[in-house]
Amino acid sequence: MKIRNTSHREVVSLQMTSMIDIVFQLLVFFVFTFKIVLPEGDFNIRMPSATASQTTQPTETPLLKVRLRAAPSGELAQLQLGDVVLDGEAPFAQLHLEIRNLVGDSGGPGSTEQEVEIEADYDLKYRYAMNAITAITGYVDDNGEQHKLVERVRFAPLP
Amino acid sequence: MATPTTCDKLFMRIRSKGHSGIVEGDLTPMIDMTFQLIAFFMMVINFSDAEQDQRVTLPASELAKPPTAPYEQPLTIHLTKNGHFIYAGDELTKIDRLRSELLKETQIILRHTSKQLADVTVIIRADENAKTGLVQEVIAICQELKFEKFALRGKQSEISTIRGS
Repeated sequence: MKIRNTSHREVVSLQMTSMIDIVFQLLVFFVFTFKIVLPEGDFNIRMPSATASQTTQPTETPLLKVRLRAAPSGELAQLQLGDVVLDGEAPFAQLHLEIRNLVGDSGGPGSTEQEVEIEADYDLKYRYAMNAITAITGYVDDNGEQHKLVERVRFAPLP
Repeated sequence: MATPTTCDKLFMRIRSKGHSGIVEGDLTPMIDMTFQLIAFFMMVINFSDAEQDQRVTLPASELAKPPTAPYEQPLTIHLTKNGHFIYAGDELTKIDRLRSELLKETQIILRHTSKQLADVTVIIRADENAKTGLVQEVIAICQELKFEKFALRGKQSEISTIRGS
């Protein structure tokens, strides 16, 4: 036995080719299916048609109107809350402060019955409308916690 | 320069003969790297059927957070900066075509499901440079067709988007 063991000693080599083949196929599959998915989020709004909304009971709080005027290029020309023109360096931050003052911002999340109507010029770039919705609907505090202000936002009917 | 001696010649001959075997490259680092790449791609692969379209750059917002629960069979309408609509993979240049496509969809929903149109969420993915009026037109069409729930989609932003003008 001892003699036979020493005489039949061989170098055992693993066949790596098939494993490398399949590993490369997996790699190619993952590389081709790789898609960078950007994190997205939603603003949920409930907007029934004008006829349906007329049947609902009117609320006691007056409707706030935010007016967004566009320059010919589609950029924001003027922002207005009611009759007040917000023409500072950061008009949306100003709008946010005004909304916070009006709403009170003390009743916890989604406590307000306040409704805001956004009336935007047709050619206005959509990002400004989104900024207005952001300024109206809430804010993120220093701890990263989200607070809601006005949940009932709608677009004014098109002329 | 000294000429090689007989002993040197003999040594060279022996040495060259000793290296004539099969040369095998060391595959270990390559396999290590490949497995690491596979592990990385497996970790980041996303099987979710998120309806995204590279033609649309969403407006950023710090309040845009992913929905806590997925919508039940939502309708997704994309709106590019050129004013084209993308619905069910088709790029539509006219809003009337979008209207007819949505009309077909409402008939399918009403015939084949027990859902009310008012409970169906319409996700609107509009480009940040698209015209707001077009978004309003899309909403108006959906309202005509009795849809009531809308989700205006934006991309998440870590920085405040309302501080700038």
